[in-house]
Amino acid sequence: MTTAVAAAGVGTATRAGVEVRLENLKRRYAGVTALDGVNLTMAPGELVALLGPSGCGKTTALRLVAGLEQADSGRVVVGGEDVTGQPTNKRDVGMVFQAYSLFPHMTAWQNVAFGLQMRKVDAARRRTRAGEMLELVGLSGYADRFAHQLSGGQQQRVALARALAIQPKVLLLDEPLSALDAKVRARLRDEIRRVQLEVGITTLFVTHDQEEALAIADRVGVMHSGRIEQLGPPTTIYSRPATPFVAEFVGLTNRLAGVVGGGEVEVRGARLPLVQPDAAEGPAIALVRPEAVTFASGGETAAGPLVGTVIAVAFLGATSRVTVDLGDVTILAQLPTSEASAHPAGTRVRLTLRPDPVLIAHDEKAGPA
Amino acid sequence: MSRDRRLKLQVFRVVVFLVFGAFFLVPIGAMFEFSTRGSTDNAPRTLAAWQTIFQTPDLVAAILASLALAVITSVGMLLLLVPTMIWVRLRLPRLNRVVEFLCLLPLTIPAIVLVAGLAPEYRWLSINVSESIFTLAFVYLVLVLPYTYRTLHTGLAAIDVKTLSEAARSLGAGWPVVMGRIIVPNMWSALLNACLLSVAVVLGEFTIANLLNYENLQVAIYLVGKANGGVSIAVAVASLMFAFILLVILSFFGRPRSRVARQPDELAGFGRQLGGGLR
Repeated sequence: MTTAVAAAGVGTATRAGVEVRLENLKRRYAGVTALDGVNLTMAPGELVALLGPSGCGKTTALRLVAGLEQADSGRVVVGGEDVTGQPTNKRDVGMVFQAYSLFPHMTAWQNVAFGLQMRKVDAARRRTRAGEMLELVGLSGYADRFAHQLSGGQQQRVALARALAIQPKVLLLDEPLSALDAKVRARLRDEIRRVQLEVGITTLFVTHDQEEALAIADRVGVMHSGRIEQLGPPTTIYSRPATPFVAEFVGLTNRLAGVVGGGEVEVRGARLPLVQPDAAEGPAIALVRPEAVTFASGGETAAGPLVGTVIAVAFLGATSRVTVDLGDVTILAQLPTSEASAHPAGTRVRLTLRPDPVLIAHDEKAGPA
Repeated sequence: MSRDRRLKLQVFRVVVFLVFGAFFLVPIGAMFEFSTRGSTDNAPRTLAAWQTIFQTPDLVAAILASLALAVITSVGMLLLLVPTMIWVRLRLPRLNRVVEFLCLLPLTIPAIVLVAGLAPEYRWLSINVSESIFTLAFVYLVLVLPYTYRTLHTGLAAIDVKTLSEAARSLGAGWPVVMGRIIVPNMWSALLNACLLSVAVVLGEFTIANLLNYENLQVAIYLVGKANGGVSIAVAVASLMFAFILLVILSFFGRPRSRVARQPDELAGFGRQLGGGLR
């Protein structure tokens, strides 16, 4: 399909990606700070995902870029042009919404052609371009269907085609997958990434789903309380979280009491390297990923700092999540299912901690987070 | 569902349909029967009363004036209410309650009180602007607000106005295009419904026109009825039939087709609203 679309001229007809900058954006609603000085520079053609819990300001940031909200201060610069004061319909942005947003009284191709009509593109070119876009998202056979005749996933693909048809400078995706079931979500996520790479458009993707953000983005910005806590490639965000919030929001984390000293932290007899080598020495809480916790082969299971009883095994497919009661604290381990199934609930096990760099939290609460 | 239960339900439906059909049709049938009676008990049936309608210039003028008032009121209502309600929903949601209160207020004010308040205005209007019957459109616009507001509100609630308008805006549409090409086509049956209610209210209005000394359809029927009961009943049946035909047209255009999103519960309240509209 990709080859056919390229031959049809979609690639050449598409504008090259542009740089997008959010400069010190601030927004308050009735005394509540939604955005507290967000800075973000997106390289041309880059896909940046803003990830965070509800109310962290990620959708507000996206809506400010779209012009659907006005910033209290700060600037939005798209392709070198300050668009902060421009209305939405003059901004040249394509947007896919969380809610199904196809115009119900129009067919799929009429939806895709709508933006072109607003740009006074002649009818013949509109039809051609809309056809190309529907082919790009794999729905060329559905051009004459109305929104209610399409599944949720198909509707969002048409919405993507509609957003791209106008050759916008920037593509904004506001949780476009959250209304879909898990299987369709994963497939459409890959589809969005494929189309984005093919078109080469700078894209801002907002989601609260960490798996989605890590899977699709060139860089992930984890947001908290109106600020970007950490911005970086998905691997860095996951393996070297900059703050306890990032560590706990992105993936599950065990909070284990330990003692920092000599650039390491000692946790239940195991010495682990630190993400922040300058962490203050003394008692601390180490944030340990479940996949860094493994079963020790053989050895004493009667007593020890990392000896405990399996209290639950959650089957996740290829891996399973095992909850182990160590007496004073419970700990999560993520293991291959074959290994986990050999240790059903009630089994005494001895654990080891893989020496991955860990983050130190400053509060004192221990246990899985 | 068992076959027995299904049969019972079917019988119940037919009975309800027949009872309600009789409730509406028997009076109309009786009116039609009365309007076609001859001058004496044994005289044959005649359509003389119906023919007299068209031979009474005042009556024809009143019918045309009421129809024109119905059109003016409907158009005015749509122009006033649709953009206002969309704008309030999108940009000023905190004013929703205020607009609702203002629109429903005329329902609580008796027509006689309205007239008492409006009489000086109409006196001024007739001296300084025009004494045309079409000036009644102002007060009729106020009168239809409660019924049309509810209908349009239901129509707007059936679509995601915010997302649709934001999607259209992001594609380059200005506000007039958003309203005219995106929102209005998706609340088509609500608009038709609101128009029908306006027409029904205007065609059925008597008190205000009579007290302000204008001769609209209902006032003309009343006056004709004093001289010739058969003609007044014939006009009443004709106006009821007119409303019925409008309702059929509405149900045809407003029916959810393959290309129109379903807008539930709009017709459900129609009977109640129509009944309240004839004042």
